[in-house]
This record gives sequence, C-alpha cells and structure tokens, in this order.
Amino acid sequence: MKKALALILALVMCLSLSAVAFADDEGSVYWLNFKPESDEVLQQIAAMYTEETGVEVKVVTAASGTYSQTLNSEMDKSDPPTLFVIGNTAGVRDWKDYALDLTGTPIAEELNTDAYNLYDEDGRLVSIGYCYECYGIIVNPDLVEAAGHTMDEITNFESLKAVAEDIHARADELGFDAFTSNDMDSSSSWRYTGHMANLEYYYEEQDGGATWTECPPELTGAYMDNFKALYDLCVDNSLVARNELATGGHDAENEFKTGQAAFFVQGSWEYPAVAESVPNATMIPYYCGVEGEEKAGLNCGTENCWAINSKASEADQQATMDFMVWCVTDPEASRMLVDSFGVMPYKQAAESTNGFLAAAEAYAADGCYTMDWATNYQPNVDEYRATLVAAMNQYNADPSDANWDMVKTAFVDGWAAQYAAVNG
Amino acid sequence: MKKKKLSGGNDALRRPIRKWWWLFLGPVVAAFIIGFVWPFFQGIYLSFCQFRLISDAQFTGVSNYVKAFTDASFRHAFWYTATFALVSLVIINILAFAVAYALTQGIKGSNIFRTVFFMPNLIGGIVLGYIWSMIFDGILSRYGTSILMQTKYGFWGLIILMCWQQIGYMMIIYIAGLQAVPEDMIEAARIDGATKSQTLFKVTIPNVMPSITICTFLSLTNGFKLFDQNLALTAGQPFQIQAGGTAIKTTEMLALNIYNTFYGQSAGSQGVAQAKAVIFFILVAGLGLAQLAYTRKREVQQ
Repeated sequence: MKKALALILALVMCLSLSAVAFADDEGSVYWLNFKPESDEVLQQIAAMYTEETGVEVKVVTAASGTYSQTLNSEMDKSDPPTLFVIGNTAGVRDWKDYALDLTGTPIAEELNTDAYNLYDEDGRLVSIGYCYECYGIIVNPDLVEAAGHTMDEITNFESLKAVAEDIHARADELGFDAFTSNDMDSSSSWRYTGHMANLEYYYEEQDGGATWTECPPELTGAYMDNFKALYDLCVDNSLVARNELATGGHDAENEFKTGQAAFFVQGSWEYPAVAESVPNATMIPYYCGVEGEEKAGLNCGTENCWAINSKASEADQQATMDFMVWCVTDPEASRMLVDSFGVMPYKQAAESTNGFLAAAEAYAADGCYTMDWATNYQPNVDEYRATLVAAMNQYNADPSDANWDMVKTAFVDGWAAQYAAVNG
Repeated sequence: MKKKKLSGGNDALRRPIRKWWWLFLGPVVAAFIIGFVWPFFQGIYLSFCQFRLISDAQFTGVSNYVKAFTDASFRHAFWYTATFALVSLVIINILAFAVAYALTQGIKGSNIFRTVFFMPNLIGGIVLGYIWSMIFDGILSRYGTSILMQTKYGFWGLIILMCWQQIGYMMIIYIAGLQAVPEDMIEAARIDGATKSQTLFKVTIPNVMPSITICTFLSLTNGFKLFDQNLALTAGQPFQIQAGGTAIKTTEMLALNIYNTFYGQSAGSQGVAQAKAVIFFILVAGLGLAQLAYTRKREVQQ
C-alpha cells in the first residue's frame, strides 16, 4: 500500500516536471475569455481552429465577475494569455503596458468601424472591439397589446409611464404586470448602476458637446431627476415590491419569458434566451423625460475588446493574430461567434440574427441618436457601483427625499471621490 | 563511546538513515518553503512596493503603510472585526461547552446529537452565507426590511451564522476534554460532598483548560480571519455614505477590506492591500499568542 502511494507521488512529481520540460516553441494561442455564457462556443471554435490548422488554442474562461482577478494571476504565470480582454478605460490604464499596438495590423484592417476600439493616451490602439451589444428596455409587444395599448403609443417617458402604470394598476385583472423584478443583488444590480445610470452620463456628456474620451473628474448630476423618474417607474410598477429587492432571489428573465411582465430592463445578450418564448420581443430606449427623447435610440457599445499580450513571444503573437483574423473571416466560425456575441463589426463576418441589435440598427436608420456607453468610464467601477447599490437599497427600503439625496451623493460625489482615489 | 554501546545492533539500520536524512526531510521542507516561507517573505517585501503583477514590483518604502493606517475604512473594519471576534468568542465557547457538557452526561442518543451538531461545520462558508441570508430575509421581509438594511442585523446575523457553524466543532474538542477528566477525581469530589456546580467549576473546568485554550484560540483567530461568510452574507452593506461621496462599509471585516482594497482600482491599491495584510498578520498572530500564553497559565497538571 505504502509502496503504491510512494509510486503515485513519484509519478505526479515526474509529470509536473515534464509539463515544464515540454513547453513548445511553436506559436500557440491562449485566450482568457471574460464571458462565461460564451465559453461553450469558444471551446468549439478553439477545437475547430486546431483541427483546421494544427495550432493549439486554449480558451480559459474566468468565473462570472472575477475576470480582473483571474487576469491578474494568469498574467503573472510563465505561460500567460496571449489574447485577453481590455474592455474599458480603466482596463486600458491598468493593462496598456501589456498590450500590443494594433494599429495597421491585419485584424484592424478587417474592421468596418472604429467606434468600439480603445486607445491609450499615446494614441496606441490597445484593444479592438470584437462585438458590440446594446441595452434598453425589452418589451413583450403581445402583452402591451393585450392590455389595450400599442407599441406606437410609447414614444417618450410620459407615454411609457402611462402604459406601465395602467398595466400595473390592472395587473390582477390582466394576469401580468408592467415590469419584471428589479433585484439589487450583485447578480442583477448592474442593470441599474451600470446600464440605466448610463442615461445620466450620456445626456451629461451631450451637454458637454462631445463624447468623453477619458473619465471626467466630476459629474454635475444634471439628469439625476430623469434617472430617478425611470428607476421609480420600473420599481413601482413591477412584480416585486421595492423593499424586497436588496437581497434579490427573483428571476427576472424567467418572469419575462413566462409572460408575467411586459417590460424587462436588460441587454441584447438576452435575445437568444428570450426569443424562444417571446419571439416578438423588441427593445425600446430608456425614456426618462429628457427633451427630444422621441429621437432616442438604444445604448450601444461594448466591453468585448481583444488585446494581444505584448510580452508574449513573437510566434505566439503571430499565432494569435492569425487566429483573430480567422475568427472574423471564416464563415462558419464567425457565424457561431455572431450567434453568441451579437454583432461583430468586421467586413467579412456573418450577419447578426439578434432581434434587439436589429432594433438598435432600425432606430439608428430612423435618424435616432445612439447612446454610447459612457458608463464604461465609471472610475474605480466596483467600489463606485457597490456604494451606489448600498445607497439605492436604503432608498428602496424607505423612498424618502433624504434617502434619494444619499443616492445622489453616491452617484455624483462618489464619482469625484473614486476619480480622486484612482488618480492618486 | 557509551552511546554507541547503547544503540548496539541497530547500527546497521540507522547508519543509512543518518546519511540520507535530508532526502526524507527534503520534500516537506521544500513544500513548506514553496507554500509558506517564500510567499510570506515575498508578501512582506511587496508591502513596501507598488505593483500590479508581483513579478514586476517597484520599491516605494513605507508609503503603503501610511496609506493603510490613514484609511478610515480600515480602522472601522478593525474595530468591527475586534468586536465581532470578542462577542463570537464568548458566545461560541460558552454554548459549545454547555452542549458538550450536556452530551457527556450519558443522555440517550448522544452520538446522534454529536453528529448532527457537528454537521454544519462541513458546509462551506460562501454557501452558508447565502443560505442564512435567505433565512434572515425570509423573516425580516415580513417587517419590510432586510439584513442589508441595518448594521446591527448584519452583525448579529453573522454571529448567529458563526455560532451555528462553529459550536459543533468546538463541542467535539470539549467532549474530548471532558472525557479525559479522571473519573476518580470527580468521585473524590462527590465523596467530599461537593455540589454539582462546585464539581464543575473546581474540578472539571480546571481539567479541561487545555481544550479551552485550543477552542478560544481557534474561535478568536477564526473571528478575525472571517471572510467567506462576511462576503456572502452582507458584503459590507449597509454603507454609510459620507458627504464627499465615499462610503464606510459598516459590516466589512478586515479580510474583506483587504480583498476589496487589493482588487480596487485606486492608485497603488495592491501595495496598500499588501501592507494591510501584513498588519493583519501581525495583529492576528500577536493576539493569538497572547491569548495562548494567558490560558496556558491556567492549565493544571493532571
């Protein structure tokens, strides 16, 4: 028995040593992916590529919400990721020294827009969008019509409010409510502190006359009342009461899919999940009472941007570049990726089948303004959002003006405080 | 010469061991160095550095320690943790001892009770945190509130959770201690006319002091090092929003504070977190050793 144990231990030791010894010199790809929901597709893509070209592709997916921790530790290893994600300006600041300048590279040549790329302050193209997404309010038109309204009625905050309040008031009679649950636990709170907050940033950004290219040191909070109006509308006209949101535990996606509610604050990645049960589902903008919002479109942007590790060997960098180009040009591979990601902004990539992104494009084609993801500039984002969530929980427990002032403080002053913390 | 005579015939067996001792000791020493000594000293070094990747650190001196000590959230976390550790230490040990005492009185089904009481200890902290947050909310939502709404709910919630998890474990140690109290001593006390409570306080407790030493040490250090349960149950909520837009996380304990600092994006936050971790180590080690020395003095020789 002891001999067997000793033998096993010795074998394990030899194996771990041989793993070190056989590291190859041929280029290989190691993609550290940050979207758990895409892992399955990416593994298939990796296998496909290896089969076609013989180049080894390893895809590792960080567990939900732990991408930055995983990236931190993986980059420190002797065999670090060659392909990773730099999704926002904070990421650019943290990781620009590890990102290859992609200007003029084959993958950059394939792009059909510059809108989703990220540059550092020296103008180096550090990461390149591989897909984009949009968010807004998902609507089940069938339910809106069942309540005696039409989709055409909803053109601004006033009309959205009228429809939502009417549905909520008659919820018992209709058998469904206006909004799904609006949980504020960590699996759901980003729908408000990340997405819905964007309307405040976006309109503030527009007042400044130009889109932000870096994080502004402070906010004015000029559109806080609009944020409050839409947030209150969602929360007050939903399946779940305000004071039950803090710890979550409700399944908004399922509520929408089973027709319990007509409106669902979410993003385009929900389309594959939702379209099965609600094939007519569409998406409308965050109407919040801003003047001229009849011409508002959806919030489009991305945090999905590829960066190549500049500290990887040249063979690995080349292999990674080849793999990226293949992903956006190979018909079968890009089809699979597009089905999982939404839209890929590349000339030869497959067309999107995502109904919400189609809605985004329809709004844009109609001459509506697309709202960019100013929310990506949130300084010290985890702390900032955590503070905002805590303040909103207090507000939900007791929706008084004093508590809303607290939310405002966390939203506006919190921005300045976190900006100061980040920039020393 | 005398020694050699004593070992006599075993020499043939011992000589190779004397020669090859390093081969047998080697793996353990190597594992200890790789897994503990090296990271420990590197951690201390890093606390004086600014870094993002540990292979790429810049020495900056004591500035990290200055930032750590001036951080209001860290000071708050310290006092909160200290209060928590003290309260949980007292409650856990008193209850664990009481349960152990009850279960060594020859009650029917003692073994089943012991097993059941021990079981919560087998569940991981994160899972426990989420389970208890559901239980607490099931109750608190009836009153229109939740565990995330008030600091005191978070505090006592965590105490209840820790009691539920740890009492069974400490109970096992106390049971072992109680069973080791010599029967003749207790009999002698009874013959001398000692009452039950006199026997307990004058005979039994002094004799289980070694168990008390271990259990208080464990619950004190566990209280200080608590992380998963804290993260899963409240994650620091509710926050006190300060006028400047920053917040104090009123139920955030030291370990969680260090973790949040490390993964925050503040300038040089990794170094500051590392400095906090070193302070944390000195604190826990110092308190643990002081408590060991204190309770050891009260142990009696059987």
